[in-house]
Amino acid sequence: MNDIMHRTKEQLTEDARLELAGLTKPLSPKQRLAIPAQEMPAQDPVVRRGNMQEVALGYSEEQARLEAERCLHCPAKPCIKGCPVGIEIPAFIQEIAKGDFKAAIGIIRQSSLLPAVCGRVCPQETQCQAPCTVGKALKSVDKAVSIGRLERFVADWERENGLMQPPAVKPATGKKVGIVGSGPASITVAADVRREGHEVTVFEAFHRPGGVLLYGIPEFRLPKAIVDQEVNSLKSMGVEVKTDFVIGRTRKLTDLLEKDGYDALFIGTGAGLPKFMNIEGENLVGVFSANEYLTRANLMKGYDPRAATPVFPSRKVAVLGGGNVAMDAARSALRLGAEEVHLLYRRTEVEMPARVEEVAHAKEEGVIFHLLQSPKRILSDERGWVSGMEVLHYELGEPDSSGRRRPVEIKGSEFEMDVDTVIVAIGNEPNPLVRQTTPGLETSKWGTLIVDDSGKTSLDRIFAGGDIVLGAATVILAMGEGRRAAASINKLLAEK
Amino acid sequence: MNSILYKKQLSAEVFQMRIEAPLIARERRAGQFVILQIDSQFGERIPLTIADADPDEGSITVIFQTVGRTTHLLALKEVGDTVEHLVGPLGQPTHVEKFGRVICVGGGIGVAPLYPIAQAMKAAGNEVIIIMGARNQELLILEEEMKNIADELIICTDDGSYGRKDLVTAPLKEFCEATPKPDLAVAIGPPIMMKFCAETTRPYGIHTMVSLNTIMVDGTGMCGGCRVTVGSETKFVCVDGPEFDGHLVDFDNMMNRLKAFKWREDTDHHRCHLEEAIEEAGKR
Ligand SMILES: Cc1cc2nc3c(=O)[nH]c(=O)nc-3n(C[C@H](O)[C@H](O)[C@H](O)COP(=O)(O)OP(=O)(O)OC[C@H]3O[C@@H](n4cnc5c(N)ncnc54)[C@H](O)[C@@H]3O)c2cc1C
Ligand SMILES: Cc1cc2nc3c(=O)[nH]c(=O)nc-3n(C[C@H](O)[C@H](O)[C@H](O)COP(=O)(O)OP(=O)(O)OC[C@H]3O[C@@H](n4cnc5c(N)ncnc54)[C@H](O)[C@@H]3O)c2cc1C
Ligand code: SF4
Ligand code: SF4
Ligand code: FES
Repeated sequence: MNDIMHRTKEQLTEDARLELAGLTKPLSPKQRLAIPAQEMPAQDPVVRRGNMQEVALGYSEEQARLEAERCLHCPAKPCIKGCPVGIEIPAFIQEIAKGDFKAAIGIIRQSSLLPAVCGRVCPQETQCQAPCTVGKALKSVDKAVSIGRLERFVADWERENGLMQPPAVKPATGKKVGIVGSGPASITVAADVRREGHEVTVFEAFHRPGGVLLYGIPEFRLPKAIVDQEVNSLKSMGVEVKTDFVIGRTRKLTDLLEKDGYDALFIGTGAGLPKFMNIEGENLVGVFSANEYLTRANLMKGYDPRAATPVFPSRKVAVLGGGNVAMDAARSALRLGAEEVHLLYRRTEVEMPARVEEVAHAKEEGVIFHLLQSPKRILSDERGWVSGMEVLHYELGEPDSSGRRRPVEIKGSEFEMDVDTVIVAIGNEPNPLVRQTTPGLETSKWGTLIVDDSGKTSLDRIFAGGDIVLGAATVILAMGEGRRAAASINKLLAEK
Repeated sequence: MNSILYKKQLSAEVFQMRIEAPLIARERRAGQFVILQIDSQFGERIPLTIADADPDEGSITVIFQTVGRTTHLLALKEVGDTVEHLVGPLGQPTHVEKFGRVICVGGGIGVAPLYPIAQAMKAAGNEVIIIMGARNQELLILEEEMKNIADELIICTDDGSYGRKDLVTAPLKEFCEATPKPDLAVAIGPPIMMKFCAETTRPYGIHTMVSLNTIMVDGTGMCGGCRVTVGSETKFVCVDGPEFDGHLVDFDNMMNRLKAFKWREDTDHHRCHLEEAIEEAGKR
C-alpha cells in the first residue's frame, strides 16, 4: 500500500493551479504533451476501506482545466470512434479548457444521457482513451487524456449547481410504450421515447428502480443519489415507474400489447442470472453469488446497522473472478469487516476484464491477488459451513478461439487455502423469465434475445437492448442500444 | 395500494391477512408466493405463500407465523394500513391434475401453503386426504377450511392436546400401507418434517411433492441465495420451485443453509433492535 504517496485533493489542486498559471498560450503540441496527466483525487486507501463513501473524489476545477489543456484537438478525432455513443470529445474538452462548463455538458448531452454514471464506470482505457493520440505519444494509455474524468467533472458540476434540466416533452401523442426493467438501457429508452410525447411506463421487478447501477455497483463507486436523480428526472418528464412489477409474472409481456393497450415495448431486463462453477461444495453455507452478496450490501443496505437484511460475518473471504463484479465484491467484503480478502483469477492480470482503475483501487485497499489460481473444490466443516478451499495453480496455454490464451491446470499443484466465505463472481447470464413466458421470442444459445439492426426482437412492436441482448456488457453499450431502440420505436409510432 | 382489508389472529403466533393486490390476485395460481417488504429504507424482503386469492375483490390472503423482525412488524399492522412493497405472484404454480388419491400433509404454519394446493387438488377431482400436525391444539390453524375440502381429515398434536398424539408421519405411513395406495403425497411444513415424510413414502414409491422455504432475497432468480440441491443438480427455489420431488431434495444441506444467518437473529444486538422496531411500530 502506498499510503505515504497518497496526495489529497487540496494538494493536487494546488499543483494544478500553479501549473495552470505557468502556461503560456497558445500552447504548442509539445507543451501540451508536457503537462502532467492529472491524478484523480481519492480517499486515502487506509481510511476508505472502512467506509462506503465514494472512493474517487472527482477533479477540482483547476485540475479539469489543466487536464483539458492536454488535448491536442487531433483533426481525425480518433477518441470519438472509441466511444460507443460517439460523444464529440475534443469539442467538449475545449469548452472545459475555456471554463465554459455549461457548454461542455451541453455537447455531451447531445450523445449521452448518463454522463455522471459513464464518466465514473466506463472502461475508458479500452474505449475512448485507448486510441487517444496523447496516450500513444506518451506510450501509455494511462497517460491518455482523461476523457472519462472530464466527463464526470462537468456532469457533477451541472448536478451540484442544480442545472440539470429534464429534456422537454412534446405534446401528447396518445401512444403508449412499456419498458421492462429500469437499468441504463431502459432509462435511456424511457427518456428518448417520452421526449416525443408518448406515454411511458417503466416496469421494475425490484422495489427501487436503477438496475445494476443500484443493486450491483457499490455506493463507493457510484453513489446511489446519482442514480436516483436520473430516475427522478424521468419522473419529472412524466414517465410512470411501476416498481414491484415482474413482467412474466405480475403481467405477461404479450398481455401488455394485446390487453393493456401498449403500442410498443422495450425489454431491458439485463443479465441477472448468476453463474456458478459447478464444483464440489458450492452449496455450503458461506458460498454466495456476487449478485447475492452485492444485493445484500447495496440495495438492502447491509452495511448499515439499521438494515434488517443480514450480511454474512466473514473473517477470510475468497472472491472468484477477475471482472468488475469480482472487484466490487472483494472491496465490499473489506468494507463489511472481513480481515482478509483474497481474489482468485485463472489467468493473469493482463487478461482481467475489470477496469484498470478498479484493480488498482482493490490492491491499494489490501485485496490480495492470486493470479493463475482457481479452486478445485470448496471444503466443509462438520456443520456444513465453508472451512477452506482446495486450489489449483494454472498456466497459460495455447490461445483459444477468442484469441485469449487458455488457462491450463498444473497437475498436482493443489494446496489448501483457509477461508470461511466464498463469493462466486464468474459472470452472469440473462434471466430466462421473460423468454419463458413470451412464446415466439427468439433467443441465441446463450439465452440472449436476438434483435435486428433496429433493435427489434422476433416479435412485432417488441424491442430489446442492453445486457439482455449483448450478454453481460457495459453501461455505455446498454445506453447506446437503448438509443437505437428508442429511435426505432419513435419511428414506428410516428408511422402508425 | 397494498392496503390491509382484513386481519385475524389464528393462534398465538399465527396471523391471517387479506391484502389488496388486484394484479397478483388475477394472475396467481396455487403454489405461488409473494415477496413483501415493510420499510423501503431498511426492511428485509420476505416470501409468503399466497394462501388464497379473490380476483373479484382484488385481494390475496397470506397466513404467517411471527418468527422474526418482518413477520412481527407485519403482525402489528391493522386493517387500513398498507404493506409498502408486495410483489408476485412468484414461483412455479403447483402441477394440478386428476391423480386419484392425494394425501396432503401439513405441519405447523405449513398448513397455510398446503391449503390452496389441497383446494386445487380437490377441484381437479381428486380424493383428498389431509393430515395436519401441530405442537399443540393452540397452534392448529385452518381446521374448518380443511375440513370443508377433505374427504378425510386427520389431526395430530405432539402433546396429544387434540386429535391423535402422534407425528404426522405415523398416519402417513398407515395410508401408504393401506389400499388403495395414494397416488401422490404433498408434504409442507418444517424442513425436518418434510424430510421424514419423504423418507416415509420412499419405500412405497409414492411420488412426494414438498414445498421448500429457503431464504430468499429477490425471488426472481437473480441472487441464487435460495438454491438447493435436488438430485445432483442445483436449483433455485424461487424460479424452479418452490415445489420439488421430496425424494430428491438434499434436506440436510437445505437446513444448514437456513441457518446461515441464524447468528444474527440470536444475537442480543439484533433482538434489541427488533424489540425497538416493534415497539416503535406499536406506538404508531
Ligand atoms: C457488480 C457489477 C459491476 C459492474 N461494473 C461495471 C462498470 O464498472 N462499468 C460498466 O460499464 N459496466 C459495469 N457493469 C455492467 C453494467 O452494469 C451492465 O452492463 C448494465 O447495467 C446493463 O444495463 P441493462 O439496462 O441492460 O440492465 P440492468 O442494469 O441489468 O437492469 C435490468 C433491470 O431489469 C429488471 N428486470 C429483470 N427482469 C425483469 C422482469 N421480468 N420484469 C421487470 N423487471 C425486470 C432487473 O431487476 C433490473 O433492475 C457491472 C455489472 C455488475 C453486476
Ligand atoms: C416460498 C416460501 C413461502 C413461504 N410461505 C410462508 C407462509 O405462507 N407463512 C409463513 O409464516 N412463512 C412462510 N415462509 C417463511 C417466511 O418467509 C419466513 O418465516 C420469513 O422470511 C421470516 O422473516 P422474519 O423477518 O420475520 O424473520 P427473520 O428475522 O428473518 O428470521 C427469523 C427466524 O426464521 C428463520 N428464517 C429466515 N428466513 C426463513 C425462511 N425463508 N424460511 C424459514 N425460516 C426462515 C431464521 O433463520 C430465523 O431463525 C415461506 C418461505 C418461502 C421461501
Ligand atoms: S461515454 Fe464512456 S466511452 Fe464515451 S466518452 Fe464518455 S467515458 Fe468515454
Ligand atoms: S485523441 Fe486524445 S488528444 Fe486527440 S482529440 Fe481525442 S482526446 Fe484529444
Ligand atoms: S431468491 Fe434470489 S435467486 Fe431465488
